[in-house]
Amino acid sequence: MSETNKQLYGYLVEFDNVDGLVNAAEKVRDAGYSDWDCHSPFPIHGMDDAMGIKPTVIPWIVLCAGITGCTAALAMQWWMNAIDYPTIISGKPFFSLPANIPIIFELTVLFSALTAVGSLFALNGLPQLYHPLFTVEKFARATDDRFFLVIEASDPRFDLEKTRQLLESCNGLSVEKVED
Amino acid sequence: MVTAPYTREIDNTQDDPRVRAPLVTGDNDFGSVTNKVCSIVEDPRIHRAWLIMLAISVSFLGILGAMISYLVWEGVGVWGVNNPVGWGFAIINFVFWVGIGHAGTLISAILYLFRQKWRTSINRSAEAMTIFAVMCAGIFPGIHVGRPWLAFYLFPYPNFMGMWPNFRSPLLWDVFAVGTYATVSVLFWYVGMIPDLATLRDRAKNKYRRIAYGVLSMGWRGSHRHWHRHEVAYLILAALATPLVLSVHSVVSFDFAVAQLPGWHTTIFPPYFVAGAIFGGFAMVLTLLIPVRHFLGLKEIVTLRHIENMNKVLLFTSCIVGYAYSVEFFTAWYSADRFEMFTFLNRMFGPYQWAYCVMVFCNVIAPQLLWSKKNRTNLYVTMFVAMCVNVGMWFERFVIVVTSLSRDFLPSSWGMYYPTLIDILTLMGSFGLFFTCFLLFLRFLPAIAMAEVKTVMPQAHLDRGHHRGAGDYHGDIPGAHKVEVKAEV
Repeated sequence: MSETNKQLYGYLVEFDNVDGLVNAAEKVRDAGYSDWDCHSPFPIHGMDDAMGIKPTVIPWIVLCAGITGCTAALAMQWWMNAIDYPTIISGKPFFSLPANIPIIFELTVLFSALTAVGSLFALNGLPQLYHPLFTVEKFARATDDRFFLVIEASDPRFDLEKTRQLLESCNGLSVEKVED
Repeated sequence: MVTAPYTREIDNTQDDPRVRAPLVTGDNDFGSVTNKVCSIVEDPRIHRAWLIMLAISVSFLGILGAMISYLVWEGVGVWGVNNPVGWGFAIINFVFWVGIGHAGTLISAILYLFRQKWRTSINRSAEAMTIFAVMCAGIFPGIHVGRPWLAFYLFPYPNFMGMWPNFRSPLLWDVFAVGTYATVSVLFWYVGMIPDLATLRDRAKNKYRRIAYGVLSMGWRGSHRHWHRHEVAYLILAALATPLVLSVHSVVSFDFAVAQLPGWHTTIFPPYFVAGAIFGGFAMVLTLLIPVRHFLGLKEIVTLRHIENMNKVLLFTSCIVGYAYSVEFFTAWYSADRFEMFTFLNRMFGPYQWAYCVMVFCNVIAPQLLWSKKNRTNLYVTMFVAMCVNVGMWFERFVIVVTSLSRDFLPSSWGMYYPTLIDILTLMGSFGLFFTCFLLFLRFLPAIAMAEVKTVMPQAHLDRGHHRGAGDYHGDIPGAHKVEVKAEV
């Protein structure tokens, strides 16, 4: 790839402790940026507030999936055992709710779990095997012991000088440009 | 693999309410935890002990393959099952292996909901154990149906006969329960492992490793916006897996409890089976983790406190199981049912008395050693008790299945059950499958949930008042993570 094709992705600032990252996140949040993110090797307690992240919609999606699984299991058992192929077993009724509870429960859980994982990947945009940040060598430590904050150039408030100054005031280890 | 860096044993089992006990001992920071865990997978040398164990396990796996092939070729007559004892080793092994799996889900899901932070060091390997145990369990009903190539009849699929399965049968509930359990366990394990796979990707020195772990980790980059959803999804999975794990062994117990047979037809079975499953599973976790922490140099992450906590669970569940054994006798007496009373006297004094004695000794008497803290923190005693429980829980299922079937209502239909060599080799072969999978897991996947362990280290918390002392995490009080080195074990 030639130099001229490279675009600015954003600014990356590195920290070696949790406090530095959280303080920086609060600053960036208060400055009103929207296209920015923090990267850490583990989820940090209190970071949601520091970044101003709204609760995710995943629980509601899972609830819908659970209701679907529950209904589907009930409908399946009723239709198969009472309508399409009724069989007399021990003189019991063709359709009786108590006998259907275990499978209703299992399918509710199955649908919910698959949906929880599916919506996690979908909302996170994963799998995404390439990302501009992967071109930064030291970013490899984001999954080890370092903490990073990145403000993307696509942010409407992004300004080469002002954003840099903001990040430098965060007392990180370094501030650098990331190109894509 | 690492050649046994012989780390010393640090005692962090003190219960001083003023000081939070550290969950990672020694002089560790985030980087050193990453190094310790990743170096197991990254070491270019292949450790001889690992190779020998793998060779033995693969041999037994081969035996399993051979035994199943022989069974399919000849038919179930090669087993010791007969009339009246139609459920032999296959069902015993099925219940045994499904039960083993329960400890993994208890550690990963139930302890997560209860905010038991010590689970972080052991949950990955315990979940791996769950998955491999459920794999072993899944084999047995499949080959027990007699014509395994028709095992797909178990599923409700549109077929040319226009038939559907009978949803009022506990055997069919089992198909759904175990199937869901296996699926959810794999999802839970994998979702939790993605951040650690990304760590392995970022440390990879060669291209193939980077591609393999890169694809497995799906491009995870530790974004907090991702972490936020990850934590929510993980919590939901834990909340789903908790009732699920209780339901699985309950449904397994319905296979027995719904039958009319004396000794099976009791309402105590679901809770009794679940407690027994957790009991047997914790014994297996200890059996696996004590050698693993020793040989892979993980004593500072899987600490003595973890071992002691697991021993407490073992003791507690042993008491529940012991209570269930005795209350069964009470129920039989109180029922005033001659057949029920006879069944339990026959268990204790009948032809399978030896199996009953093994069960009671291993499951009720041996674990009583764990009342003493000295024994709970002694690895030899722990290992002895865990091995007893492994054996005892298998015999518990033997006693339940065989004694009831061999002596039912009519003396004219009584009969003895003896396993054949094929039965025994198939059981041993299933251990081969289990240990082969577990050894490969240790070599190729992160055996400790690094990202989760880091969250319970003191450095992971903000130095601010309101982020402290919520009671849900350990080690953020200044100086609390300093430990005294007591004795070497």
